[in-house]
Amino acid sequence: MFDFSIITEWIHGLLISFLPLGVATFIECVVIGGCLMLLYAMIAIVMIFMERKVCAAFQCRLGPVRVGPWGTLQVFGDVFKMLTKEIVTIRHADKFLYNLAPYIVILASLLSFACLPFNRGMEVLDFNVGVFFMMAASSIGVVGILLAGWSSNNKFSLIGAMRSGAQMISYELSISLSILTIVVLTDTMQFSEIVERQADGWFLFKGHLPALVAFVIYLIAGNAEVNRGPFDLPEAESELTAGYHTEYSGMHFGLFYVAEFVNLFIVSGVAATIFLGGWMPLHIPGWEGFNAVMDWIPGFVWFFGKAFFVVGLLMWIKWTFPRLRVDQILTLEWKYLVPIGLVNLLLMVIVVVFKLHF
Amino acid sequence: MKYEDFNDNEYLEQMAQELRKNGTNVIVGCLDRLIEWGRSNSLWPLTFATSCCGIEFMAVGAARYDFARFGFEVARASPRQADFIMVAGTITHKMAPVLKRLYDQMADPKYVIAVGGCAISGGPFKKSYHVVQGVDKILPVDVYIPGCPPRPEAMLYGLMQLQRKVRLQRFFGGVNRQISKKEYEELLKRDLTAEKNELNVEREDKQ
Amino acid sequence: MNATLKEKITAWEPAAVWNDAGDGMFAVPAERLHPLAELLKAEGFDFLRSLTGMDWGEEGLGVVYHLEATRTGENVVLRTQTADRENPVLPTVCDLWRAAEFNEREAYDYFGIRFLNHPDMRRLYLRDDWVGYPLRKDYDPSLNPLRMSNEVARDTADSFELTPDGSFIRHRRPIFEEDEYVINIGPQHPATHGVLRFRVSLEGEIIRKLDVHCGYIHRGIEKICEGLTYPQTLALTDRLDYLGASQNRHALCMCIERAMGVEVSERVQYIRTIMDELQRIDSHLLFFSCLCMDMGALTAFFYGFRDREKVLDILEQTTGGRLIQTYNTIGGVQADIHPEFVHKVKELIAYLRPTLREYHEVFTGNVIARQRLEGTGVLTREDAISFGATGGTGRASGWACDVRKRHPYAMYGKVDFDEVLFIEGDCMARYMVRMREIEQSLRIIEQLIDNIPEGPWQEKMKPVIRIPEGSYYAAVEGSRGEFGVFIESRGDKSPYRMKFRSTGLPLVSCMETIAQGAKIADLIAIGGTVDYVVPDIDR
Repeated sequence: MFDFSIITEWIHGLLISFLPLGVATFIECVVIGGCLMLLYAMIAIVMIFMERKVCAAFQCRLGPVRVGPWGTLQVFGDVFKMLTKEIVTIRHADKFLYNLAPYIVILASLLSFACLPFNRGMEVLDFNVGVFFMMAASSIGVVGILLAGWSSNNKFSLIGAMRSGAQMISYELSISLSILTIVVLTDTMQFSEIVERQADGWFLFKGHLPALVAFVIYLIAGNAEVNRGPFDLPEAESELTAGYHTEYSGMHFGLFYVAEFVNLFIVSGVAATIFLGGWMPLHIPGWEGFNAVMDWIPGFVWFFGKAFFVVGLLMWIKWTFPRLRVDQILTLEWKYLVPIGLVNLLLMVIVVVFKLHF
Repeated sequence: MKYEDFNDNEYLEQMAQELRKNGTNVIVGCLDRLIEWGRSNSLWPLTFATSCCGIEFMAVGAARYDFARFGFEVARASPRQADFIMVAGTITHKMAPVLKRLYDQMADPKYVIAVGGCAISGGPFKKSYHVVQGVDKILPVDVYIPGCPPRPEAMLYGLMQLQRKVRLQRFFGGVNRQISKKEYEELLKRDLTAEKNELNVEREDKQ
Repeated sequence: MNATLKEKITAWEPAAVWNDAGDGMFAVPAERLHPLAELLKAEGFDFLRSLTGMDWGEEGLGVVYHLEATRTGENVVLRTQTADRENPVLPTVCDLWRAAEFNEREAYDYFGIRFLNHPDMRRLYLRDDWVGYPLRKDYDPSLNPLRMSNEVARDTADSFELTPDGSFIRHRRPIFEEDEYVINIGPQHPATHGVLRFRVSLEGEIIRKLDVHCGYIHRGIEKICEGLTYPQTLALTDRLDYLGASQNRHALCMCIERAMGVEVSERVQYIRTIMDELQRIDSHLLFFSCLCMDMGALTAFFYGFRDREKVLDILEQTTGGRLIQTYNTIGGVQADIHPEFVHKVKELIAYLRPTLREYHEVFTGNVIARQRLEGTGVLTREDAISFGATGGTGRASGWACDVRKRHPYAMYGKVDFDEVLFIEGDCMARYMVRMREIEQSLRIIEQLIDNIPEGPWQEKMKPVIRIPEGSYYAAVEGSRGEFGVFIESRGDKSPYRMKFRSTGLPLVSCMETIAQGAKIADLIAIGGTVDYVVPDIDR
């Protein structure tokens, strides 16, 4: 199994050989930050391209084909356009908050992105309450959305923001409950630990019924958390034109757009990490040869493979279902998902206490 | 449709050559090319339709004609995020100020396509008391697509013509900015609503 | 009109004068109109088919009412007028038929006729600062240049009351109060299907009041028609409701043919019927697509459009037009059907049946779709009739309002098909009516397609077409309701007044009633299922 920490330690060793520790750490932080942003942008581009191709496939279309081979350069074109598009200044808007909002959204998204373990030794933020931190960081995003809706001085934006506030805060609960279910099973909150514990089987299989229920709840709530169909009420195109980002143009809108897609990836990445073993290859206890072959495939391939599988699943859902109504969304959460999640958590505790899991 | 098949509009090529006759700065020129490429391949339409042509516009977006192939995919409902407006259908006197406002709300660079007879000249309703005789009376039109309504193929051709026109723009060449940034900011600071009554949209009828 | 009814009306109102020209109508003095209307309403005439403002020049201004009793199917036409051109006033009938609310506003907009006690005498289509009344014969278009100033949104509505001493009191009724949260949906909004505008007062997400603004695509077709010869007017009908192009043109041709006493050949009747039904399928498929898109199911939208293209292919092959066919002519059709027509139509029928099942699997059976459509936006049968909301909307409320059954025309009297009726009146019923109607349309086409008789596809017509003096009304079942054409002829080669009974106007006029208390998301679903086409509302 390829361990990325060899490379990071080598670089660290190289740097401290001729630099004081503080400077070396600073340089490392900057480099890692840069790499993270680059990766973030790359993921966004891949996700947007994937979204277009996937939805085209569902809709009997081709999707972008003209720009670059198979349309692969399409998103780059969009990026150049976005970068050079005017950012409209709005009269009567709260200028400071209006300009701040997209950055808060992107910051929250970037922070939680940094928590994902891409490979063994390739965790950026990895400490003992990693799960907790990730959830806290991701919930900052709702502040950005509320600010965007509030500060744009537009009634559609305001309704969109209020909807998203109600929705995201509610669904945060279900996400936490389903993650908590797995935390009960693993007795750790550290992402790298959670992945290590899945060496002899993914939690989806190890935790049998409660884990499966938690996975389904997590997918539904995660979908709602990133405001994607059928839970895309905050931007419900046919109702609120563009919801909370109606008044944003150019790159400010681009940031919302990118954050939406990367958030989808983060949700899928967390699902992959917690339920599907993250970068851990598929191991079946007893099949040594098979496990050895699986270990040849690098961890980040496993991670991205699993994450994109979940992304595909969520896109499938998005392009199939009609949108829910605002009261139905809240009914679904408070009357169904939360009680089920609580019972499921209890069930998991019983499973763990009586050692019924594999 | 292959690029060579557009054999009836060499004038655009000529314009491009004339613009670059004296050569361009290497860095600025390359960047310009890149941005032009990006812009022309990522034109997002505003979801806007008034009548018959709008249905054909929807057909262009739908499965058989699929303008997503060329990058027109993301139809935006908010004018702030759209790149061009397809004036698909008749524009009436009551609609004209609204359309103008929509256009003003769009962020630069923005383009206008007049689709169908009504938007070009008033079409079959030219004699009407309530129809604007062509949308070019109120907006600067980049591409005209004739027809009543035009076939989706015609619309695709028009959209590709717009792409070719966009490739002639220069971002760093100063063509886009008509007033300097300073002037623009001064304009923003002035309270235009006091001077121009028509900007005061939601003014209550106080009598 | 039968003799007993005529006698009855004469007995009720001796001042009513019967005029036999054209379809025939009663002329009623303005002050006697309302009592007579009340008696007629009590007699069972609960459906105001059409209300037409008129300018009779020297005789003054007036209104023509087309009434129908939904129970017996009897029709009666009334006209009333006022000689005062400066300050024309007529009594309102909107307390009897709510359909009159918008139609009287239209008459006010076109002719300046003020309706006494009408609660909301604002202009319907034109801007408030419009000078003059465009459909009056003495209207001067130079008074109204293109105004680029933004329109001021008025929050009050006028109404007029007559005092015993003969003067008027003008009341101002607030539409929205100062402190209401009013949002503006449209004219550019993805869910209004064009340029309709709603002003909605919200309480949270719940709609408290709704104010419809029309006229953003008011093209003045009726006025243009007055300056065109009869064959020329045909071109404009297609552009009214572009999803019912064939049916609209059918109505106008039928009206003119009937007025002239021309009989078209059986072959033409067959072709017209098949074309109408193909058009209906096309329209209903688009309805399905748009409803799905409005509700966020984008994939279903593409499915609907994919299959709609197949219908358009057939239409195009014969008529040369995809959306707007301009196919019917006075006395026939433009060209004979394409040799492959019959074969292609059969292929389409074979293809569409399983596809419809697929739609039901993808969308109708979906739990989210059901939850959002069932029980929302209920329109009662009484309201549907009172508003004159015909078509799928009326049938979903349990009102058998299909013109094809009420007044069979073309081949509809001879084919076997069911009128799809639901009693729920909610969005789901409106949706299901249309989906079932596609099946019925396929059934009608199936019965006709193999038996198209030989014969001429165009009768020989005179080079200049004139209609005998009188007024004529003909209606067809358009894609979304009764589409009627009213022609008042003075024997010239162009009509004196041509009015199209819009299918969409009654539909938007009942929006406020339906959407009361619903949520914003429901408004979108209601708008989608009510299925109006905006250029048809505004004309």
